[in-house]
Amino acid sequence: MNKMEKALHELSEMDELAAGASPIHRLCAPGKLLTTIAYIAVVLSFHKYELSGMLALLLYPVLLFQISGVSVGSFFYKLRIVLPLVMAVGLFNPFFDRQILVTVGGVGVSGGVISMLTLMLKGVLCLMASYLLMATTPIDVLCAALRKFHIPGTLVTLLLLTYRYIGVMTEELATMTEAYHLRAPGQKGIHVSAWGSFLGQLLLRSMDRAEELYNSMLLRGYHQHFHYAPVKPCTWKDGAVTLCSIALFLLLRFCNVAELLGGLFVR
Amino acid sequence: MIEFRNVNFAYEKERPVLRDLSFRIGDGEAVGLIGANGAGKSTVMKLLLGLLFPASGEILVDGAAVGKKSLPEIRRKLGFVLQNSDNQMFMPTVYEDMIFAPLNYGLSREEAEKKVDAALEKLGMRELKHRHNHKISGGEKRMAAIATILAMEPEAVLMDEPSSALDPCNRRRVINIIRELKQTKLITSHDLDMILDTCERVILLDRGQIAADGPAEQILRDRTLLEAHRMELPFCLAGRK
Repeated sequence: MNKMEKALHELSEMDELAAGASPIHRLCAPGKLLTTIAYIAVVLSFHKYELSGMLALLLYPVLLFQISGVSVGSFFYKLRIVLPLVMAVGLFNPFFDRQILVTVGGVGVSGGVISMLTLMLKGVLCLMASYLLMATTPIDVLCAALRKFHIPGTLVTLLLLTYRYIGVMTEELATMTEAYHLRAPGQKGIHVSAWGSFLGQLLLRSMDRAEELYNSMLLRGYHQHFHYAPVKPCTWKDGAVTLCSIALFLLLRFCNVAELLGGLFVR
Repeated sequence: MIEFRNVNFAYEKERPVLRDLSFRIGDGEAVGLIGANGAGKSTVMKLLLGLLFPASGEILVDGAAVGKKSLPEIRRKLGFVLQNSDNQMFMPTVYEDMIFAPLNYGLSREEAEKKVDAALEKLGMRELKHRHNHKISGGEKRMAAIATILAMEPEAVLMDEPSSALDPCNRRRVINIIRELKQTKLITSHDLDMILDTCERVILLDRGQIAADGPAEQILRDRTLLEAHRMELPFCLAGRK
């Protein structure tokens, strides 16, 4: 299996994960979507020095990973390319912000280090929440939930088809890289001299595939209106879970649990 | 049911693909469209489905000319099975793919689901209903692609190379399914044995013109005719050398 085929496999694994049957999977999609948006908003609302306050928000993804049965390992593995980028966001903060804010065991910690860690944590938490939503909700159900919130149909269809076309493009890429490596044994990656034609061919092939797919949709009556999967109606239980989750996020936002707990031991 | 009247078509002006093509297919007929590469078979299909439009001439489906206005109605009557099933099965599961067309044609989810179940039942493949498309074999995918078309309940079924890339067992299964379909059938293929098994009439195309049109048994046994148009006898009739 080459790298592209692996990527394709990982993509299809997401669909299978989303088709699970845990209590989190069974929650109504609009509720999950709302909770995730609220969580991300709360995470992003923290000030750059409020690292300790944010730590308590780890509770949400930890609980979700536990209940849904989605493995934490799969999160770190699937997002292995994005995570370092997210982590790199605040990498230069320690050089620009050198003012000592706290002292830990006699060692001064600058504001830059704290803001760097805060940014990293924000990125990881937001990614975790988004990943958990995707891993517990099929994409078409998620799109249907977006429509429930009156997100324009064109945008939602665009999102759904983009998601589907990623698979198509990866398939073409897998075929092309396999053909390349069969005629370039022992060569690592694709030689820089072939990048231009490779990308051009990939674009043309993907466009051809996309056109075929679109024709296939047109021939089956598609007319710019997608019939999304039926969204499970939200019950009072779904509502209660959503409200409790949002209330918890707000509580954690305005009440620094880590500081309170620390205060019990340190004067 | 289907009629081509003096149809001309070219992708590039100086290289005509179809030249003054005329033929008629009656209700319930099973017709094999054969010809060498570049003969114009796929173009005929695309013109019929309104994916392309002729430079001149007329194409009629149930008396209605294929044109931009009539396309929704015409496409509803024609079910097209693509050569590459991967391009047909774009939804995550077989069920979602099958229900796609009935929902687009305004049926409620319950009604559409009944049509899906009926199509699966007819093809004896209920177990595929909730399978993921990327997890089923090539043969199953081809069968599922046919099922997606049957769920539309079309009046005519068009198939582009339905037996390509299938193992002998799956090929036989597809042939049996095609034989059982009651609809009008237009099948393009290089698999002449399959055409002989499934079609009573054959249209032989060569360079965009009809070279022969008649009973499958007669045309597919005519070695001279077939070889004159870059074709060969079906394997089952060729005998061993």
